Amino acid sequence: MKHTLSILVNNHPGVMSHVSGLFTRRGYNIDSIAVGVTDNVDVSSMTIVLNGDDFIVGQVKNQLLKLPDVLKVQDMAYASSVQRELVLISFSITETNRSEALTICNGFDVKILEMTEDSLLIEFSGNSRQVTNVISVIKPFGIREISRTGQIAIAYRNQNSV
Amino acid sequence: MSSTTEAITGGRLMVELLEEAGVEIVFGYPGGAILPFYDELYHSKKIKHILVRHEQGAIHMAEGYARSTGKLGVCIATSGPGATNLITGLTDAKLDSIPILAITGQVSTDAIGTDAFQEADIFGITIPITKYNALIKKADDLSRHFEEAIKIAMGGRPGPVLLDFPKDVQLEKTSVRKASSLKIAPHHYERPKVKGDPQEFAEALNQAKRPLLYVGGGAINSFASAEIKALAEKANAPVTTTLMGLGAFPGTHPLSVGMLGMHGTAYANKAVLECDYILNLGARFDDRVAKYQDFAPNAVRAHVDIDAAEFNKRINVDYILHGDLKDAIREILPFVKGGDRTSWIENIQSLKKNHPLDFDNSGDSIKPQDFLQRVYAKTKGEAIVSTDVGQHQMWAAQYYLFDKPNTWLTSGGLGTMGYGLPAAIGAKFGNPDKTVICVTGDGSFQMCIQELATIAQSKLGVKILLFNNNFLGMVRQWQELFYEERFSESQWTYNPNFVKLAEAYGIPGMRIEHKSEIEKGVEFFLKDSGSALIEVMIPAEEKVFPMIPAGKSQQDLIEFKDLGKLKK
Ligand SMILES: Cc1ncc(C[n+]2csc(CCOP(=O)(O)OP(=O)(O)O)c2C)c(N)n1
Repeated sequence: MKHTLSILVNNHPGVMSHVSGLFTRRGYNIDSIAVGVTDNVDVSSMTIVLNGDDFIVGQVKNQLLKLPDVLKVQDMAYASSVQRELVLISFSITETNRSEALTICNGFDVKILEMTEDSLLIEFSGNSRQVTNVISVIKPFGIREISRTGQIAIAYRNQNSV
Repeated sequence: MSSTTEAITGGRLMVELLEEAGVEIVFGYPGGAILPFYDELYHSKKIKHILVRHEQGAIHMAEGYARSTGKLGVCIATSGPGATNLITGLTDAKLDSIPILAITGQVSTDAIGTDAFQEADIFGITIPITKYNALIKKADDLSRHFEEAIKIAMGGRPGPVLLDFPKDVQLEKTSVRKASSLKIAPHHYERPKVKGDPQEFAEALNQAKRPLLYVGGGAINSFASAEIKALAEKANAPVTTTLMGLGAFPGTHPLSVGMLGMHGTAYANKAVLECDYILNLGARFDDRVAKYQDFAPNAVRAHVDIDAAEFNKRINVDYILHGDLKDAIREILPFVKGGDRTSWIENIQSLKKNHPLDFDNSGDSIKPQDFLQRVYAKTKGEAIVSTDVGQHQMWAAQYYLFDKPNTWLTSGGLGTMGYGLPAAIGAKFGNPDKTVICVTGDGSFQMCIQELATIAQSKLGVKILLFNNNFLGMVRQWQELFYEERFSESQWTYNPNFVKLAEAYGIPGMRIEHKSEIEKGVEFFLKDSGSALIEVMIPAEEKVFPMIPAGKSQQDLIEFKDLGKLKK
């Protein structure tokens, strides 16, 4: 099962290695990791997505909390949090399929950042399933380059709003 | 944060911080990248520096010092190769929760990351094997890192920390310094409040008919021996300890069932199978003790630990108390009731009678078990004993009965050959008035043998008991039992003359081979306060029993008397 861990850490050099090292040491695979500083420059937030049962994730949480630089660990339940990922895709188009491509972009709420004669550069954000979906629809056109940020997440304040 | 008016160099500040924290002794080895610090150390009147022969020796000495005194152990190395020589010791201290501060020199900050001469990314290398580590980038940061490091090493579940100290930072001036309240004395640090319900916890014990206390190394770190004894006596519960917990409960106490686990006593392991309640006090359900989830299959399980990450890590438990062991036991004691456990205690007595520790002492050869029993008698159990790793380690654990905490120094978690001699040296520096004995094997001894020079140089009275079987004995034992006697690379075809070698360092040595020489040997080796080496030739085929074969559990214990069954 996929788990999304939201971790607050001190914004020091080496903290990232400490955290990711914990996963490597146990042979756990990180599906995605996204890091950025919070409103407080001394604190960074990391969102780590990993696959594992509740026991494994519980262990990871316990071990993370032992690191002096880890301030908080939250296991984000999908239902009570908003999860987003950003993807940038550059792909090929031809004269014949250009309008089809544009229709798809419109339908998916995709932002077009650049259009040339034979390519489109687009931006899309959504949950990881939506991002994967957009990628698979674009794929037949011929993807030239792709960059995903990895997932970030935040819990809803009101646990009833889903 | 308070500032001193006068700016001093980082190296000077490091020395002053160590002095203020109460550090009296450090073990180390100099080199280019740590020279400014050594230059400042030269002027210190409070800190004694022990020059070792290999940095691995320095860190194991610091471990032996820490384990036997309860204080922080400090070791120093230069950058690159000096620092990497500390790796085994850091890992060892991490697994056995020993408070160690390692200070390593580093190339100057402007050279870091350029593959400079003697540069190693020791910060990166030691992330997984330290409890905390830091690269000190500015002298202004030193005081903060130092405080953090000491608190983390000593506080909570202790462990090793490393401060990487670039050469230019050692020379850089600073006046930034935290008001220091740091102390390296045991239990100086505030213990977090015990979390959990002590009453409920005690009730479960009260309801048990066949309770067993299972005591680990945490009991030593928490100085909880008196509390454990009070608890055992009040609850009338037998006590078994792990390898790391030896001495936390008197081995001679009527309620003691000795050590459990792979080479624990048969009665301890059988008690685990029969108990209806097991209380883990500062142990970690290590896989050499609790192989499977069905550990103590008939028992309600309870666990006290200072490290929350240990709960339900390998073995699920029914009751949890989170906090310092000493405090936790004090909280549950008032709720503990006596209860009539006569039949359980009788049961234990008969287990002890029917399944004793045993070996065959007929014949002319010297049996290590016999020799150790005599050393125990001669020292009246008052010695501090360190060991290396192998059969001799297990025999020492079985046949030297530890009555007091902080007297048993062994590499439990990592199983580090080479640990014994330097650990004994560190312990002797910390306990100059006690007899310190290093029990070692001919394999292990050669891993840090160069520290004989450190003994000689300091005219230290360390006793070395070397069991020579001309084999890597424990490896041989496994090969004999599980690899059809294919002794692949476990026999020494060359061993030095250990007696002459000791003598070359000015340490008196003696070799004995026959039973008739035992008394003479024990006498020689323990006669005065000076150092001595006794080389005891033992039969290569002597084995450690009982034994739970690797990957098996308590049910599969093999005793000495079952030996025939093993070999078809
Ligand atoms: C550094 C290191 N290398 C290898 C081992 C694996 N090992 C465990 S016990 C042992 C044999 C030890 O032989 P010796 O020191 O002669 O002791 P004995 O078992 O004969 O008492 C070995 C090689 C180890 N524990 N540590």
